Amino acid sequence: MINKIWGIFIISGITFALLTNNIEVINKEILSSSKTALDMIIQIFPVMALWLGIMNIAKKSGLLEKFSKLISPFLKILFPDIPKNHEAFSLISSNIIANMFGLGNASTPLGLKAMKSLQQLNDKKDTASRSMITFLVINTSGLTLVPTTIISLRMFYGSNNPTEIVFACIIATILSTIGGLIMDRILANRYKKC
Amino acid sequence: MLTAISNLIIPIIVLFIVFYGIVKQVNVYDVFISGAKESFDMVFSLFPSLLAMILGINIFLKSNLLNTLINFIKPILVLIKIPYQILPMALIRPISGSSALAFLNNIFESFGPDSFIGKLGSVIQGSTDTTFYIITLYFGCIGIKKIRYALWAGLFADLIGIISSILIVKLMF
Repeated sequence: MINKIWGIFIISGITFALLTNNIEVINKEILSSSKTALDMIIQIFPVMALWLGIMNIAKKSGLLEKFSKLISPFLKILFPDIPKNHEAFSLISSNIIANMFGLGNASTPLGLKAMKSLQQLNDKKDTASRSMITFLVINTSGLTLVPTTIISLRMFYGSNNPTEIVFACIIATILSTIGGLIMDRILANRYKKC
Repeated sequence: MLTAISNLIIPIIVLFIVFYGIVKQVNVYDVFISGAKESFDMVFSLFPSLLAMILGINIFLKSNLLNTLINFIKPILVLIKIPYQILPMALIRPISGSSALAFLNNIFESFGPDSFIGKLGSVIQGSTDTTFYIITLYFGCIGIKKIRYALWAGLFADLIGIISSILIVKLMF
């Protein structure tokens, strides 16, 4: 599926640019995109190393495990396929917590680590498992309690009350997470049948 | 106040984790290094899928196709009294986080952050995430090729986020 979407993006983009005589921009874009990707990797890499290092201390000291016991009853409902006391639970919960506090750069390495541990449980290594997709939905629905980027952007543009949107954001993000999780359940059952 | 708190969060987390580690007699320095080492593997396996996604998305965005399509939907939005200037941001949000932020910048610049559309943009941005990027990142790093229904569930969450943002901002402000 991602193959088709990727193909559609490229084919429709280039064709449209050809038709509207805008090909010069696309030409530049094709050549520069590999550099953009490398820049992104270079940005991600140090932050990832940092947080994976810190989290390793939390893991070895047993802090992560203690912490995940607190929210695992709730996660157990969302992830029925993960065996009890599996490491994935603690990684998923720390990713969710980091997301909630708007620590985007800490949540990504934790999320990737959680995915890795879900992959160990996965039977078909090239196919996304049900738990993986549920976890992904929690992340894509943007479960954030403190949207730090937006608050600082609002401050920058001289808002009278930069934080007044926080409450609305929380409600909207809770609704979108619930919506995403319901859809995830419906689709999971559907895909199981066929 | 809020910035003061968010400035505190990270140092306190680091302090607490390292402190707890020392109390539990973990070799914190060695353990930190072996954890950080894992990032090499992750980052390098990430590069190809990130490159592919950026290539596809940037060609699509720079071709102006999306903007042309938006012009077609504009009349419908005017009809249901939703400021149409929000549409490009909402459509791009799942595809590219930085472009969506650039649109929000524009909105703040032309309407101000305290206008209705400024608030709406803030709430949409705060309650959704870059679904395509997250799928690429999370699945790319462990080599998942068949993503099954992941994209639909993710995009549905974004859709609900956008719809509820519109409703909430209309009700609250």
